[in-house]
Amino acid sequence: MTTAIEHLTGQLPRRKWTDYFTFCTDHKVIGIQYLVTSFLFFFIGGSFAEAMRTELATPDPDFVSPELYNQLMTLHGTIMIFLWIVPAGAAFANYLIPLMIGAEDMAFPRLNAVAFWLTPPGGVLLIASFFVGAPQAGWTSYPPLSLISGKWGEEIWILSVLLVGTSSILGAINFVTTILKMRIKDMDLHSMPLFCWAMLATSSLILLSTPVLAAALILLSFDLIAGTSFFNPTGGGDPVVYQHLFWFYSHPAVYIMILPFFGVISEVIPVHARKPIFGYRAIAYSSLAISFLGLIVWAHHMFTSGTPGWLRMFFMATTMLIAVPTGIKIFSWCGTLWGGKINLNSAMLFAIGFLASFLMGGLTGIMVASVPFDIHVHDTYFVVGHFHYVLFGGSALALFSGVYHWFPKMTGKMVNENLGRLHFALMFIGLNLTFLPMHQLGLQGMNRRIALYDPQFQGLNQLSTLGAYLLAVSTFPFVINVIWSLWKGEAAARNPWRALTLEWQTASPPIIENFEEEPVLWSGPYDFGIDSETIDSEETVAEMLAEVGAEAR
Amino acid sequence: MNIPSNIITLIIGIVITLISLWYGQHHGLMPVAASKDAEQIDGIFNFMMTIATGLFLLVEGILLYCVIRFRRRPGDQTDGPPVEGNVPLEILWTAIPTVIVFILAVYSFEVYNSLGGLDPVISADRPSETVAMKQHHAGHDHMLAMAPQSRVALGIGTSPENGKVEPLVVDVKGIQYAWIFSYPETGIISGELHAPIDRPVQLNISAGDVIHAVWIPQLRLKQDAIPGHDATLVFKTDVAGEYPIICAELCGSYHGGMKAMFYAQTPDEFETWVAANRPASESGEAVALHLPDPQIMTDTEYLAPYAQEMGINSAALAQVKAVSADAI
Ligand code: HEM
Ligand SMILES: [Cu+2]
Ligand SMILES: [Cu+2]
Repeated sequence: MTTAIEHLTGQLPRRKWTDYFTFCTDHKVIGIQYLVTSFLFFFIGGSFAEAMRTELATPDPDFVSPELYNQLMTLHGTIMIFLWIVPAGAAFANYLIPLMIGAEDMAFPRLNAVAFWLTPPGGVLLIASFFVGAPQAGWTSYPPLSLISGKWGEEIWILSVLLVGTSSILGAINFVTTILKMRIKDMDLHSMPLFCWAMLATSSLILLSTPVLAAALILLSFDLIAGTSFFNPTGGGDPVVYQHLFWFYSHPAVYIMILPFFGVISEVIPVHARKPIFGYRAIAYSSLAISFLGLIVWAHHMFTSGTPGWLRMFFMATTMLIAVPTGIKIFSWCGTLWGGKINLNSAMLFAIGFLASFLMGGLTGIMVASVPFDIHVHDTYFVVGHFHYVLFGGSALALFSGVYHWFPKMTGKMVNENLGRLHFALMFIGLNLTFLPMHQLGLQGMNRRIALYDPQFQGLNQLSTLGAYLLAVSTFPFVINVIWSLWKGEAAARNPWRALTLEWQTASPPIIENFEEEPVLWSGPYDFGIDSETIDSEETVAEMLAEVGAEAR
Repeated sequence: MNIPSNIITLIIGIVITLISLWYGQHHGLMPVAASKDAEQIDGIFNFMMTIATGLFLLVEGILLYCVIRFRRRPGDQTDGPPVEGNVPLEILWTAIPTVIVFILAVYSFEVYNSLGGLDPVISADRPSETVAMKQHHAGHDHMLAMAPQSRVALGIGTSPENGKVEPLVVDVKGIQYAWIFSYPETGIISGELHAPIDRPVQLNISAGDVIHAVWIPQLRLKQDAIPGHDATLVFKTDVAGEYPIICAELCGSYHGGMKAMFYAQTPDEFETWVAANRPASESGEAVALHLPDPQIMTDTEYLAPYAQEMGINSAALAQVKAVSADAI
């Protein structure tokens, strides 16, 4: 095994593939472990969604039984949230934060590995619950239904959510400490890449809210197996208390799922538009504002349950306020695009697709904040349409954008842009075809979480199912692209996008110690066009071209 | 920066505004509105659709324009202009959403208030005695028929003593997977909701087993039925018709099948229905007193005597039985 860094030949020490199956404490390995694991769960959760949509192609419950439908629905929601989007955010954070701030590793590398290794058991356990009767009470698991619909499935659900919840708490501690303590000397908070700001906001949110979920679930579990009645009305418990505790975590969870990807977008857009990010501070602070406001809006999920009128009004106002920092972000990204030199590669297409569809989710989000309107659409397909625009059109598209953007860094290979564009086109069309009709369905009277529906809704449901199949098809070019590029892709230079953040100053993929020598902060993270002599000088370009040659084997 | 000349901006602005105004009123996405309240809620929705359409066209338009106009030309390796921000612009686009949100919040508050959402009796979290006394005071002697509940009345609607017309009180109980409607006034117990138009209806909503939710899309109203929490929903229909009552809260495998019908009838039709369905004993009070106590009996037992007249078909009943068996 070589340990010396052989600069001249370009032969850098690499990780063996077996390292990815060990308790490795290298943040880059952990990042990849998270990313690959989360994608495996995406495919599982996605296939459950396809089964649900197949069922919903016809009004009758003929493809799966209503019980199985509810199980698929519960697992789909839980997997997509806790095992895809959240770990994928952690994947980027793990991989990128130390590189972006010029550190050698995370603050607590072992804790980091522990955090990752809690995730696969959580997921495997969850899927194994099919053997004892999977949970059917939805990802919200409201009692009393969750207390009577299959004890062991529910208990397993609690256990696995606790495992992944613990994992994200441990991860968050690490991110906050790393960002605050391990930056290279010259980097103050305001010259830090925006992805780090986003993770700072996300992690604080995780630390404040996840323990509450854990408490709620532990109490629920007592009700379930020890016969206590914290939430069980037959023993004097109050199911509404569970809802408050649950949403105190799970509303912020929505921001835990989107903020890291706001960060990703803030990295991708300036690089491929060749312009400084518009309103750096506005974007950074609006993340903090969103995480603060995110903590005081939870009861907007409970407008139709036992919430007194004045409280409904309070939560309506705070919820609507979130539109302001979110709007600031969207306008700032548009401002960054404006007048740029937009390179429409796969990463950028996904980023713009993100803007286009997250906007939809944001607009319907303000709508459901309005109490009188939400009373009509709560628990209908309108809401299902809304949150899929946020989660799929938002988080997921941005996630893909990030994958295409950092693929060269992570693997040392370029992706095939044509396949990437095909992936984008199919996914973007599929996404809109799947989730747009849902809004109308909900307004017209289709409630959610049902395997059987009124025949009058069949037309729109078939459109939606068609869209879901297109979404399934869209993942094929992606998977083929990844495999093909890993195997035969063109070698990537250090900095194929000519980006300015520190992770691009090291080899692709980075050496085990991250940087050959301590990186220097030679510009702000997004100073495009400012010092064009140094950045775009012929010399630099020639240097880069030489590197491509050196690293290609 | 390349900002199109003022005149073009102006024209685009006008076109976007006109399209938004038109689409906000003509989207046709809502079902029939069967009440004045529903029309008010549609008013909010139309307002929001107008603004959303405008913002949608604006932002998507900007994106599309950027993608076409600012695409990198092949071979161009230069950077765009180093614009880092623009304070007046940023203030403007912080102020606009703030103002919109403020207007929307005030508008929603007004509508919510006029729906009776802030009515102290209906929406307050009070011990049941208070409300029971108030209702007694208002001339209701049917409180006996109501199941004892720990808490009362989180919902929407003006309180009974505020309305000039005395509401038709209907006790609604959700169980897996059926709605049971009892009419204390007439002693009728049914699987259907019948009410005359132009008279307020007060639903006293309760749940027998798990959480359900009463949703009548044509009224734009929804209220959860939560075990241990009674809720009240007061409304008045204006348009006669048959409207579905849908359970909107996941309540088990046949949640999707949990439906009932709401017949908003002319007063004559309603009287005919009452006459045809009034229990043989004639006196509402007597029947009310004979009501089995749902707290003691299982749902199946509770439901059985009424299965015929409620029009609950045998399949639904079998489901109910199967589920009660499962739950043990
Ligand atoms: C392949 C694309 C997808 C399709 C076709 C799809 C479809 C569905 C459907 C039909 C439901 C049931 C809605 C209901 O009855 O309430 C659902 C629920 C849900 N989906 Fe998706 N979905 C997809 C992707 C995603 C993604 C990417 C996420 C999140 C990252 C997500 C998160 C959820 C959640 C949280 C629920 C709610 C589950 C519950 O009510 O317990 N879905 N989805
Ligand atoms: Cu129900
Ligand atoms: Cu239900």
